[in-house]
Amino acid sequence: MDIVKTEHVQEVISSFANKDVYIHLETTNGSYASHFKEGFLNAGAFIRNVVVNFELGKIVGESPHRVGLKLPSGWVYAQGITHYQVDDLGRLLLAGLDADGKLSVALHISETPFTY
Amino acid sequence: MIEKERHVLIILPHPDDEAFGISGSIAAYRKMGVPVTYACLTLGEMGRNLGNPQFATRETLPEIRKTELLKACEAMGLDDLRMMGLRDKTLEFEDDEDMVKLVESLIEETNPSLVISFYPGFSVHPDHEATARAVVRAIRRMKEEERPKLYAVAFANNTKEILGTPDIIHDVEETVDQKLAALKAHISQTVWMMKETEAKLAQNDPEMIKWLRYERFYSYKWHADFE
Repeated sequence: MDIVKTEHVQEVISSFANKDVYIHLETTNGSYASHFKEGFLNAGAFIRNVVVNFELGKIVGESPHRVGLKLPSGWVYAQGITHYQVDDLGRLLLAGLDADGKLSVALHISETPFTY
Repeated sequence: MIEKERHVLIILPHPDDEAFGISGSIAAYRKMGVPVTYACLTLGEMGRNLGNPQFATRETLPEIRKTELLKACEAMGLDDLRMMGLRDKTLEFEDDEDMVKLVESLIEETNPSLVISFYPGFSVHPDHEATARAVVRAIRRMKEEERPKLYAVAFANNTKEILGTPDIIHDVEETVDQKLAALKAHISQTVWMMKETEAKLAQNDPEMIKWLRYERFYSYKWHADFE
């Protein structure tokens, strides 16, 4: 993955607009967060292979970036995006990686379902 | 002293779960000629470590972990690996009865004299807990005299306080090299830990040697069943 190049990412997000696309959205502190730090509120969320059709998608801010997708009657949103890749299947993989290379947030957009 | 078994069945949710505290025993059983079946329920798809520099994306990680798992099995001399195809971090949301049936069918097929898994209530990760519950439930349903032994790994912070000290301790000195190779095979997950481990081993650090050499299990306490 590369450090986010805003213009390129914006171009790719826009190319998915007004199409039925599969979304992977995830935030995580890791399952051991409250094991290592007692009392830590371990929160996270995960959706995968949910189909949406957004009318407008934007990447904004300096790194870490925020990405929002405006749906006809709703929103998809991710904060903390640092890295991206358009993989060999044409999927946009956005990730927020900390200094150790550990994933904190992910937002993937694809015209085909994600495997696994 | 590691008892000779008829067949050992290992049931764990993530590739690498076996490496930390069971791999020396697995290698030892194989060395004794004991058949070992390892059912790994997921491919650890939700592992957070993508590396710096990155070696994976969220989408390529499962394939990488699968390759690592195969390599670890080779290191341990394990030739009956079952990849069960469930998804990381979702096991507690599966149908509980289906989870029990999955364990039952593995037991029925392999007829183990010993099952090794996690200890329900003391294994921290929700997937570990869901696996442990299914294993205990499946074995509990068997007639007492037909039940395999159940060795459980426990590492929650309150383990010692409530379960006491482990009653099964395996000295795996003879297979420590295989254990290290298994740990190294899971490099995507163990990269930092291995650096520290190897540095400490080079200094003959007694705590590290002890951690590697002795694998600790609790016989499941059926008289204090978790439910």
